[in-house]
Amino acid sequence: MNFDPRFSGRKFSSVGTRPIRPDGVDKVTGRARYGADFNMAGQLVGRVLRSPHAHAVIKSVDTSKAEKLAGVKAVITAKDLPDLTDGDTAMYDILDNSMARKKALYDGHAVAAVAAIDARTARQALKLIEVDYEVLPHVTDVDEAAQHHAPLIDDTIYTEGLEEKPAKPSNVTKRTQFGHGDVHSGFAKADFIVERSFKTEQTHQGYIEPHACVASVNADGTADLWVCTQGHFVYRQHCAQLLGMEASKLRVTSSEIGGGFGGKTHVWAEPVALALSRKAGRPVKLVMTRDEVFRASGPTSATSIDVKIGARKDGTITAAEATLRYSCGPYAGSWAEIGAMTAFACYKLENVKTVGYEVLVNRPKTAAYRAPSAPMAAFAVESVVDELAKELGMDAVDFRIRNAAQEGTRSSYGPVYGPIGIGPTLEAVKNHPHMKAPLKANQGRGMACGFWFNFGGQTCTDLNIGMDGSVSLAVGTVDVGGSRASLSLVAAEELGIDYSQVKAIVADTSSLGYNDMTDGSRGTFSSSMATISAARNAILILRERAAQTWDIPVDDVVWEKGHAIAKGEKYGNLSPLSLKDIAAASGKTGGPIAGHSELVADGAGVSFATHICDVAVDPETGSTRVIRYTVVQDAGKAVHPTYVEGQYQGGAAQGIGWALNEEYIYGKDGRLQNAGFLDYRIPVCSDLPMIDTQILEIPNPNHPYGVRGVGETSIVPPLAAIANAVSNAVGVRMTHIPMSPPRILAALEAEREG
Amino acid sequence: MAGVAVSTTINGDAVEYLCQPDETLLDVLRDRLGLTGAKEGCGTGDCGACSVIVDGRLVCSCLVLGAEAEGRKVETIEGMAHGDQLHPLQQKFLEHAALQCGICTPGFLIAAKDLLAKNPSPTEEEIRFGLAGNLCRCTGYDKIVRAVQDAAIVMKGA
Repeated sequence: MNFDPRFSGRKFSSVGTRPIRPDGVDKVTGRARYGADFNMAGQLVGRVLRSPHAHAVIKSVDTSKAEKLAGVKAVITAKDLPDLTDGDTAMYDILDNSMARKKALYDGHAVAAVAAIDARTARQALKLIEVDYEVLPHVTDVDEAAQHHAPLIDDTIYTEGLEEKPAKPSNVTKRTQFGHGDVHSGFAKADFIVERSFKTEQTHQGYIEPHACVASVNADGTADLWVCTQGHFVYRQHCAQLLGMEASKLRVTSSEIGGGFGGKTHVWAEPVALALSRKAGRPVKLVMTRDEVFRASGPTSATSIDVKIGARKDGTITAAEATLRYSCGPYAGSWAEIGAMTAFACYKLENVKTVGYEVLVNRPKTAAYRAPSAPMAAFAVESVVDELAKELGMDAVDFRIRNAAQEGTRSSYGPVYGPIGIGPTLEAVKNHPHMKAPLKANQGRGMACGFWFNFGGQTCTDLNIGMDGSVSLAVGTVDVGGSRASLSLVAAEELGIDYSQVKAIVADTSSLGYNDMTDGSRGTFSSSMATISAARNAILILRERAAQTWDIPVDDVVWEKGHAIAKGEKYGNLSPLSLKDIAAASGKTGGPIAGHSELVADGAGVSFATHICDVAVDPETGSTRVIRYTVVQDAGKAVHPTYVEGQYQGGAAQGIGWALNEEYIYGKDGRLQNAGFLDYRIPVCSDLPMIDTQILEIPNPNHPYGVRGVGETSIVPPLAAIANAVSNAVGVRMTHIPMSPPRILAALEAEREG
Repeated sequence: MAGVAVSTTINGDAVEYLCQPDETLLDVLRDRLGLTGAKEGCGTGDCGACSVIVDGRLVCSCLVLGAEAEGRKVETIEGMAHGDQLHPLQQKFLEHAALQCGICTPGFLIAAKDLLAKNPSPTEEEIRFGLAGNLCRCTGYDKIVRAVQDAAIVMKGA
């Protein structure tokens, strides 16, 4: 079936309304089942032993004492997860991260695991496992790790992307470069140039639900996995590959997910749980503690970024350049590459160059965190943009408007933009009352822009029409923030029925074709496209059934407002048939009515946001409070505006935490010192103001309703917006995130001392 | 290790169970009684996802021993609605979309119920400080605060 994804500019009756989500009542009554809320008969408790060392050779693991403890049913080490990756280095890294094979590469790296009859026995068993470590020198700082003399984390890695293969291995795994034009000649034309270096510390996604799963491997080799994940189809593929199973024999059910933000796009403990279950012959529940979540899952990169931007007196940027170093944990990644792509994406630039360096460190493997890599690059770039505007004597917003990318602009990372929202968000900010509100002493206002690509990808959806005319929508993208509501709205819109007639669920991996995971802000974008396609396929069948009932050609039947209508005066005596009528007769007209869709959702529309932030800084303590915050972002089309606002607010709040307080703190011993919510403090209710939102709708031409992804861009501007606000409040440029009180005091002191 | 026999009241019902002396009330609720509405987000009393009310006092059930529930009255999220009738806070959380992933929601609802029981007309600041023991990573708290404000108005009118 040909599906036309182009924007059609239709009028909406369901899309754009704000009904209650279908999974809401379960969630306010405590009935919704998350990763740890599922149990099976005969289930064991799994626990993981983790390395206390940042870098150490695992000389031996003696599990004999643990195996003899009463109630222990299985103990596994890397030997129980043999390497089946067949030269696939990315999969090998996933395997090695699940269970260390030769070396422990960070504090918290799994080295063994047990399954026992209860948690206490499992904990006792862990204490009986004897690991002989040879401790090696370690490195946790991104800049130190990039030095030639740094301890080598993987001596088989030689920096990729250099003109010549280097002679020595390095912790720098890859160099990437983006841009166009000639920055040298561009800087030569500049009247003003600002150049600065920035650092951002590592943060965790901070989902409140720890990773949890129940794995059950059966005697016949089939298996079930219940797990909180953003992508159960991807988990199935990875787990099946690592355990040597056929994918179809592993059914993965995604539980309700208690937050992910990118952190639940990667398998960690799931292959371990399956291996434990396989060895024990019983189901195994494995739930991470919060300490394990911090030490061994997540986090985002720590970064070190240099930015140089030049402009003419008239405010035109002539050249922009950035060098970005991102930590990847102990395994190769492409995090700096993404940062290098996003850094200058908001601007129309003749001469631009960005270079990214991926750096290995003895920290947990870097995982995606909401618009991964973009917030740090935006912090550095938007700080320099602000400073340059000041040097030019221009208003920060006007300077950005003058240089903003437009439709037809070649982006700094390559593609030419279609219709985009950076200009409109800036204009909206310029005219926003927030920008004109007065400030008091020790208060400052900042603003900044942000960009995210948005993803599309493989998507499969089923739409089944019951004989009572109600509609079951089965989607394969995990619902992380209300997408079952938005996709039900889309099905209702397309079919011309009421939202209450549609019930959306997330189907398991055996019930639906493959879906990419919910990442890259693709959930509602991709699955709404597949839902529209599935609904249109179902409508074709509905029309055929009506035509059959009336005994007229199907081409004479149209579908309008939930009814089949015979078109033309000659059919004046035929009353329209409702979806309910046709469904009720379906048993006699050809059987069940369903629409199916499998597609690659291409054409995700890029997303832009501009944020405004007011802060109050206490010069005595360096303590900073955000006192007012406004998010302006292009949604393309807000399918369920309340949940779009929620995405804007949530991303802003995470950005505020990152900007002001959150960071991984490592001791000299390479151990994480704040692996808990007391010492890694995410914003609480009393830390924040209301977060105002303004939704702009610049339709994505590649989606029937104009939808763009909305989930991630909101975390991109806050670091920079707050840094600009703090810098404006205290009169010192802040270059190190988070701007915790000690850093602000140190910056003030350094300024006083000149 | 011998279990401790406990007689308590949970959501108005008499309940008896055996638990280990070192077992938390949260583990008893979740693993022995099947009341999985209270969540373990941290196990150290920092996130509030396991909030319950014991004898009128808001507590993190991960910091209370199961044995300590002896003779007390425990209220959990499972007892908040009356049959089909949602509590006004539950209804307002739905209407305001005060939840995204929903893992923190039971804890917030219990904490908000406790807050409004003690202060039926809280200011925004009182709500924000009253709920500061509960972590939410999805919403930025904006819609949660508005839902509680709205519920307070409804509950006063009732």
